[in-house]
Amino acid sequence: MASLAVPKPPARTRRNLGGGVGPIGLGVASLWLSLIVLLPLAAVFTKSLEAGPAEFWDAITAPSARYALLLTTAISALVALINVVTGTLIAWVLVRDEFRGKSLVNAIIDLPFALPTIVASIVLLSLYGPRSPVGIHLYATKPAVIVALAFVTLPFVVRSVQPVLMEVDREAEQAAASLGASGWTTFRSIILPALYPALLGGAGLAFARAIGEFGSVVLIGGGIPRDTEVASQYIAKQIETDRPASAAAVSVTLLAISFVVLFAIRWFTKRKGVA
Amino acid sequence: MSTRIALRTAALGYLGVLVLVPLAMILYRTFEDGLVAFFQSVTTPAAISAISLSLTIVAIVVPLNVVFGLVTALALARGNFPGKGILQAVVDLPFAVSPVIVGVALILFWGNDGWLGGALPVIFSLPGMVLATVFVTLPFVVREVEPVLREIGTEQEEAASTLGASRWQTFWRITLPAIKVGVFYGVVLTVARSLGEFGALTVVAGGVAGESQTLTLLVHARYIDDHNTFGAYAASTVLMGLALVTLVLMALLERRREA
Amino acid sequence: MITVSNVSKHFGDFTALDDVSLEVPDGSLTALLGPSGSGKSTLLRIIGGLEWADAGSVVIHGDDVTNVPPQKRGIGFVFQHYAAFKHMTVRDNVGFGLKIRKTPKDKIDARVDELLNIVGLGGFAKRYPSQLSGGQRQRMALARALAVEPKVLLLDEPFGALDAKVRTELREWLRRLHDEVHVTTLLVTHDQEEALSIADNIAVMDNAHIEQVGGPRELYDRPANPFVMGFLGPVAKVDGTLVRPHDIALRTQPDAGTREAQVMRVSHLGFEVRVDLELSDGKPVFAQLTRYEAAQLELAGGDIVWLALTGDSDARLVSEDDRLDAVA
Repeated sequence: MASLAVPKPPARTRRNLGGGVGPIGLGVASLWLSLIVLLPLAAVFTKSLEAGPAEFWDAITAPSARYALLLTTAISALVALINVVTGTLIAWVLVRDEFRGKSLVNAIIDLPFALPTIVASIVLLSLYGPRSPVGIHLYATKPAVIVALAFVTLPFVVRSVQPVLMEVDREAEQAAASLGASGWTTFRSIILPALYPALLGGAGLAFARAIGEFGSVVLIGGGIPRDTEVASQYIAKQIETDRPASAAAVSVTLLAISFVVLFAIRWFTKRKGVA
Repeated sequence: MSTRIALRTAALGYLGVLVLVPLAMILYRTFEDGLVAFFQSVTTPAAISAISLSLTIVAIVVPLNVVFGLVTALALARGNFPGKGILQAVVDLPFAVSPVIVGVALILFWGNDGWLGGALPVIFSLPGMVLATVFVTLPFVVREVEPVLREIGTEQEEAASTLGASRWQTFWRITLPAIKVGVFYGVVLTVARSLGEFGALTVVAGGVAGESQTLTLLVHARYIDDHNTFGAYAASTVLMGLALVTLVLMALLERRREA
Repeated sequence: MITVSNVSKHFGDFTALDDVSLEVPDGSLTALLGPSGSGKSTLLRIIGGLEWADAGSVVIHGDDVTNVPPQKRGIGFVFQHYAAFKHMTVRDNVGFGLKIRKTPKDKIDARVDELLNIVGLGGFAKRYPSQLSGGQRQRMALARALAVEPKVLLLDEPFGALDAKVRTELREWLRRLHDEVHVTTLLVTHDQEEALSIADNIAVMDNAHIEQVGGPRELYDRPANPFVMGFLGPVAKVDGTLVRPHDIALRTQPDAGTREAQVMRVSHLGFEVRVDLELSDGKPVFAQLTRYEAAQLELAGGDIVWLALTGDSDARLVSEDDRLDAVA
C-alpha cells in the first residue's frame, strides 16, 4: 500500500503546463501565434537585412522614404500632443459636467474605433474634401493628414484619462480650494499629477496607432511623395512596385520607432509609479 | 459657471468638427438623392460580391479566432510555463503593427518568394485575406476572455471534476457559460475589425472587382478608380451602419457584464 | 477509510507536505486542524485528486487512487467559497453530478428534492446562487456533493467565509447531518473550537507535518508538544512548565509546592474570571478561575497569592521554548 517510492508520472506538471488546455493546447497556441504573427514579422526583419546593413540604410534614407518617415513621426507626435489636450478636455467634461445627451457624447467617443478607417477617410472627405460644403479644402494637405489621424486616435487619451479622473480625490481638491487655490492652480497642482501616467499611456497608444495608420489617410491625404505621403503609404507603394526589400526596411524602421516610444513610456510610467 | 460652459463648448465643438458634422454630411450625401439611389448603389454586382466576400471572411475568421483565442487565453490564464511573458507580448503585437506592415509580412512569409513560398496561395486570394484579418483581430478574443478566466478562478471547474465531469464536460458546462459574455465581446470586436480592415488587405488582395474586393476595398476603388463619389459614400454608409450595430452590441454586453 | 501514506508535496521551493501519513476511520468526522500555510488544504486536495503528490500514496476504501483523477475517486468536495455554478439554478447545481452520470431525469428530480429537504433548501430549487445567502450557498454545495453518494466527503474550510453566527449554526447542523448520513468526512479548519466541537477525531498539522492525531479530549488534555497544546487552547507557563490556565489554583496561604505571585489585575469575563499575575521572578502568568472560585478568594490587584498546579487534565509540558511566553 505505502510502497510508492517509484517516481510517478509528472501529473502535476502535466496539468499546469498549459493550464486547462495541457501541453497540446499550449503547443497549438504557440504554433498558431508563431504562424500568424511571429514568423511573418520575422520574415520582414530578415528581408530588410538580406542585402546587408548598407542596403538597409540606403532604403530608409532614400529621399522619399526619409521624408515619409520623418513626416509620419512628426505628425504622429503632434497628433499625440493634440490628443493630450483635447482628450483631457473631453474626459473632464464627460466626468465633471452634467448636460443632456452626455451619454450619447460618451458613446460617440468610441465611434472612431468601431468605424472602418477607410470610412473615416471618406467621412472627413465629405466635409473637408473637394466638394466641401463649408469651403474648407484640406484634400492632399498636411492638415488633412493631421485631421485624419486625430479622428482615428480620438478615443485613446479620453478612455485612459476618464477612469482616473473619476477616481481623483475630490476632498484633496476641495482642500486645495479651501486653502485659496484657484481652479487652474488646483487642476495643475492636484489633478494633473494624478493624470500623468494615464496621459502618457494614452498618448503613447495614440502615437503608435498614428504612426502605422493607413486607411484613414489614404484618400484624404493624397499620398503626394515628399509632401503628404506617410510611411505606410510609402511601404504599400514599394510593394506595388515590387521593391520588397525597401518595403521591409521602412517597415522595420517604423516598428522600431513605435516600440521605442511605447517602451520608453512604459519605463517612464513605471519609474514615476515607484517614485 | 462660465468656465464650465466654456470647457463644455470647446469639447463638444471639437467632437462636432471632427466626428459629428462629417458623419452627418456623409449621411446627407448618401441619401440626398433618395433611398432608391442608395439601394441601387449598394446592390450592384460588384457591391453584392464585395459584401459577400466581407461576410465570408468574417465567417472564417470568427471561428478561428474563437477556437485559438480560447486555447491561448486558457494557456495564459491558467498555465505556468517558461516563455509565458513572450506569449503575452506576441498576443498584443498586432495592436502595435501597422496594417500595411501586416500585409508586407504576409507577402514575405507566405508569398511565392517567401519563407513558405507557395505553401498557400495567399496573395490576391481568399486565404491571404483571411490570414491578414486573423492577424489584426488576433488579440480580441484572447484579451476579452483571459481576465474573465482569471476572475472566475478554477474552483467551479474543480467542483465539476469532483462531481464526475470530464475535462470536456467541464469546459462545455461550466467554463464556457461562465466566460460567454467575454467571448461575445471578443467576437463583436473581431467582426467589426474584420469588416473594417483595409490596409493589410490593400497590400495582400489587390482588390479585383468581383473577385478579391471587400467592402472597404470597394469604397476605395469607387472613390479613386471609378470617381464614383456617391457610390463610395453609399458603401461607407453600409459600413457605418455595421459599426453602429457593433457599438450598440458592445454597450449591451457591457451592461450584462456589469450586472 | 482513507489512508494517506508518506505523501510529500512541493510548490517550487516551498514544502507544503513532508512525508505525511494519516488514517481517517470509516464513518468518522475527522478534522484537519492547523494554522494557514500548514499544508492541511494541500493534503485535502491531494486526497480529492485536485493536486498531485510528489511522492506517497492515497488509498480510499481499499482502492489506491494515487493516480486516479478526481472524477473517478468517488468523493464529494466542498470548497470554502462554495464554488457554486453561477449560471445554474439550485436544482441544476445539486443535480449536476447525477446528470453527468446520465441518471434519468425523474430520478434526478426525486434525489434533488430529497437532498434539498435534508439541507433545508426545499423552496429554493428555482433560485440562482446569487439569490442565496452565503450559508444557503454552502448548504447547496453540500447537497451537490452528497447527491452522487460519495464514498468520502472532503470539506475545505467550509464555514470559513461565513460570519460567526451562521458558522456556529452550520457547524452544529453539519454534525447532526453527519450523525444521520455517516459518510466518512474529512474537514479542514483553522478554528480549534470548530474542530473540538464537531470532530470525533482531529489531526493537528503544522509546517507540512502532522503533529498529533486523536480525539478532541485527548488532544486537549494530553498534547504531544507545545505547538498542539498552544493551538488547542490557552497556555500559561510557570517555571518552564506549560499548563492550562484553568489548572492553576490560587491559595491565600503558602503550601508545599506552591509558588508566590502578585495579583496584577482581575477581569470578570462572565462565567470565567481571568487573573493576571506576576511571579516573584517578574514573569507574567495568568490563571482562569470560575466566578465561584474568584468570589471565595476575594482577590484584588496587589494581593499576594500562592499558585498550585491542580486540575484533572494532564496537560503539562516542560518547555524551554520561549515562544510560548507570548501565548500567556
